[in-house]
Amino acid sequence: MIIAEQKSIDEIISSLEGFKSAVVAACGTCVTVCMSGGEKEAIRLADALEIEAKSRGGCLKTSVTCPTRQCDMEFLDENEEALGSAECILSLGCGAGVQFLAEKFPDKVVLPGLNTEFIGVNRDIGYWTEMCQGCGNCMLAKTGGVCPVTRCSKSNFNGPCGGSSSGKCEIDPDTDCAWQLIYDRMKRLGRLDELLEINEIRDWRTSRDGGPRSVVREDVR
Amino acid sequence: MPGDKGNLQKILESGAFSVSAEIGPPMSADANFVIKKASELKGIIDSANVTDNQTAVVRMSSIAASYLASVNGVEPVVQMTCRDRNRIAIQSDLLGAYALGLRNLLVLSGDHQCFGNHPQSKNVYDVDSIQLLGSLKRMKEEGVFMGGSKCKFPAEFFLGATVNPFADPEELQLIRLRKKIKAGAQFVQTQAIYDVAKFEEWMEKVRSLGLHKQAYIIAGIVVNKSLKSIEMTQLVPGMLVPDALVERMRAAGQGNYDSEGVSIALDLIAQLRKVEGVSGIHIMAIGWESIVPTLVEKSGFLPRPVIE
Repeated sequence: MIIAEQKSIDEIISSLEGFKSAVVAACGTCVTVCMSGGEKEAIRLADALEIEAKSRGGCLKTSVTCPTRQCDMEFLDENEEALGSAECILSLGCGAGVQFLAEKFPDKVVLPGLNTEFIGVNRDIGYWTEMCQGCGNCMLAKTGGVCPVTRCSKSNFNGPCGGSSSGKCEIDPDTDCAWQLIYDRMKRLGRLDELLEINEIRDWRTSRDGGPRSVVREDVR
Repeated sequence: MPGDKGNLQKILESGAFSVSAEIGPPMSADANFVIKKASELKGIIDSANVTDNQTAVVRMSSIAASYLASVNGVEPVVQMTCRDRNRIAIQSDLLGAYALGLRNLLVLSGDHQCFGNHPQSKNVYDVDSIQLLGSLKRMKEEGVFMGGSKCKFPAEFFLGATVNPFADPEELQLIRLRKKIKAGAQFVQTQAIYDVAKFEEWMEKVRSLGLHKQAYIIAGIVVNKSLKSIEMTQLVPGMLVPDALVERMRAAGQGNYDSEGVSIALDLIAQLRKVEGVSGIHIMAIGWESIVPTLVEKSGFLPRPVIE
């Protein structure tokens, strides 16, 4: 899922300067699960913003609404009235949600309340790690189910760099070396020989480098 | 001339033992810095590696500094990391380097930018070092760019790679070395060696795979000037410095560290040149380049062979 973190109150309140009212829009999917932009967080943030505005000598009225998903227009339509009920919208969706709200409300300022971080997994309570960059050409079949594009700091396709030491990455002793993980898996699976094959240079057009991407599925249209 | 060979390649192909060192470009636009280093090393070594923004600290470009070294009498080994350039920039820069008469190229991943003075920067890693070696071999042999179009007058570098004999897991590191050589590395420089016994064990594996016959293995050494310097080296991940050597430095006592550092380096060189399958020595005198001529001379490497 998409992992996101709330921006600081300071940054959010600065971006709200000049507005008398704001709708805090939660999102019911990824950011609810990672506890950064769900209904609970939206209510807490809305209260905090009112108090913060007051303490700075201003006045901000907030309300909260929670579309099932901000990345689907049908749910924005469902919440149209609530979303449009204030001077501006503070979205607690990922970057996609913020932008889709801006499309839905062309005459309103839509502000981000979160920093969208990555596609990742929940490893423990309050602990998420990045697993996928959405590069558009999955090579996990070749690397034992561990992604070197995302999890190697240098996106090495053909083994560890010289900075791998005792299974850790040179950038940080808490970061696993992706190639150590790949090696361990391939060895366990009895497929180490496959690592001798050279992975040729990549065509990055399937990734962001080819420009903004879209998927069109005629079969479901 | 296109296709002509550089000094390092000629020496290695002749079967002579190569001797090389490093020229770290300045963190400035000061040409005299490079010219001075080159003048100290002229006639003393066969080639000098010219680093590419080592430890991700911005320095004069490897290609520009290499050119300055070459016109001042030292054959350079241009270094190219995969960190800072995409395939368009890499190929463009390398065509330029070859056009300037530079013939040796060492390909590396590059230290992550978090270690340098621009940790805020974006990194590239469009291609990795093995992919780059493979592409440059193809350019040389088939006259094609990475994108597939023809290159009429390709850059035909003598291609090098690096290896750390002490990195773990050893099995994976050997797989990577085999891939580098398969991809196109003609010479391979090792990380600094202090533990010759461990290195001998590793070389036995390299020989059993026949890798020393497919690429020239050049043993790297670091020369330390102080007790602190060898102690710090011992702490670098992936470096194997036996306690005995640190003790030897300590025992030499304050005031004698530099001469003991030279003595340790000379011993290492003497042992490494005898290891079967080692084709040359590469001296990394970080911050103490002026000691290189002494090491080369005392090792009996002078005069350097001249091969037509």
